[in-house]
Amino acid sequence: MATDSTAPPPAAGERRPGIGDRSGLLGGLMLAPAVIYIVALVGVPFMLAIALSTSSATVGAPGIHGFVGLQNFIDVMHQPAFPVALRNSVIVTLATLVVTIIFATAESELFARDFRGKWFWQIIIILPWAMPVSLAAVNWLWLLDSQFSPVDWILRQLHLLGPGTLLGPANHLYYYGREWLGLASITMINVWRLLPLATIIVLAGRTSIPRDIYEQAQVDGAGFFRVLFRITVPALGPILVVVSMFTALMVFGDMTITAITTHGGPGYSTQILPYWAFVKGIDGGALSQGAAVALFMFPILLAAAVLALRMAFRQENQ
Amino acid sequence: MMKGLLRRVGFWVGLLLFALFAVFPVVWMLISTFKQTGDLYNAGNNPFLFNLPPTLENVTFLFTGTHYPVFLWNSFLIGVLVVVITLSLAVPAAYSLSRLVGRWGERSGIAIFLVYLIPPTLLFIPLFQLISAINASNTIWSLVLVYPTITVPFCTWLLLGFFKSMPREMEEAALIDGCSRWQAFLRVAMPMAWPGIATCVVFAFALPLSDYIYAASFVSSTSARTVSAGVPTELIRGDVYYWQSLMAAAAIVTIPLAIAYGLLFGKLVKGFQTEPASGV
Repeated sequence: MATDSTAPPPAAGERRPGIGDRSGLLGGLMLAPAVIYIVALVGVPFMLAIALSTSSATVGAPGIHGFVGLQNFIDVMHQPAFPVALRNSVIVTLATLVVTIIFATAESELFARDFRGKWFWQIIIILPWAMPVSLAAVNWLWLLDSQFSPVDWILRQLHLLGPGTLLGPANHLYYYGREWLGLASITMINVWRLLPLATIIVLAGRTSIPRDIYEQAQVDGAGFFRVLFRITVPALGPILVVVSMFTALMVFGDMTITAITTHGGPGYSTQILPYWAFVKGIDGGALSQGAAVALFMFPILLAAAVLALRMAFRQENQ
Repeated sequence: MMKGLLRRVGFWVGLLLFALFAVFPVVWMLISTFKQTGDLYNAGNNPFLFNLPPTLENVTFLFTGTHYPVFLWNSFLIGVLVVVITLSLAVPAAYSLSRLVGRWGERSGIAIFLVYLIPPTLLFIPLFQLISAINASNTIWSLVLVYPTITVPFCTWLLLGFFKSMPREMEEAALIDGCSRWQAFLRVAMPMAWPGIATCVVFAFALPLSDYIYAASFVSSTSARTVSAGVPTELIRGDVYYWQSLMAAAAIVTIPLAIAYGLLFGKLVKGFQTEPASGV
């Protein structure tokens, strides 16, 4: 590395020769542990994932020999669960994204104001994020239980569910026992648990919009929705991209909710890619096929990340 | 006047709806925790009322009849160790990138963030092999080793934004006064970055509580499980669900964390204010 260019201001560099050298060395020493750790536990495993996916490794015979080329990818692509899992991963991610962005924008609009007892409401709306994901999934498993769901009970009291009603004739909706209702429930849980973080990030963008823009709009007599769509949403552009990236990543890469609620069932109708990889690789012992399924997610994630970052970058530079 | 009233009503209705959405499952959780079994499984009852007197039996069972205390202790211990490892790797790395290694260091935010974007589901199978190869399966050490792969990139990225937004003059004054770079880092830069460091501590401590995939993949013995993987496996035995104790287990972890996060709300908003603009 060129030490001359690292010495920040030229004047200081002239007065104190040698500090640039020492900074460079110290900089390297301070950076090295993190870099070595990441290379060893992210870089190497990533390469290993590629190697595994082209081998015939199983839990019984975990060595990476027996190169089989793209056979694992071809094998998993020909299984009927593959297109379903891919479709469900995309649908759940997109649906969660759209709903979360709309809700987070609305909620941050509320919390951008000062009002009485704000700290209390903050604790309330942050609750879902404080709950570990697996326990949140257990909470929702019981909330949408096939026999004792209080949501079903409320619907029955409102005469929306039960024999001879709109959602009847059964007395229960069986949320996790049906394909589309199962996917909708998983989407709902994802929105529920990610909304607090999304709101916090949007709020960070919302509160840095200068106040005088709003005061000017008020003087001009602009209504609430006009201000929202003409001023707030355009100004939030870059931060909404960041939120979308966070949310999409958390949903697309997560298997916990599906693993605990529907188990990908009935059949494989609510299966998603990450949980399918887990079922194949860890539960089923087919390490190489599991790694192949997991790798299918990588190009999609990479494309989404690059796209989102470029959009954020461009908007920022405008 | 009419318009102002409409706005106020709209505001409170909106706030109530969002609060209800967030809190409804938690309320259900709390009610279930204290219900007697005969009350819980009576489909004719109003599920929101205590038709039989509330009981602490299920909470007692959680602490005496299950390994929940072990799970809590493991999560806590792993959390502390992950915080220590994360800070000792990420703080120097972020400082180095922002001040010492030149312009490419300042612009490495995107690359670091991309490392954070690699989800655990992509890496858990090869990591499972690595863990088996070093005989660390079924120990808490496997998780202590692996969790910083998530926390180090995220915290480095967050702190890079913090250090970049800090004025250089203070450190340069310290250098002129005869401090070494290392001393300037320890005594000037680190104290100024404390809100960022505090955010990292919370993030790193909470991750072992919330991760499921690594905990479920690497650890199958009860004595080394964390709350997040231990509770579902211990309290769901085949077709038997210990619902009240499950709900109690979730409530005990969630409510203190929610209060901590709720009080940190403003700080969290500020943390994200400095970083997306400068870090990405």
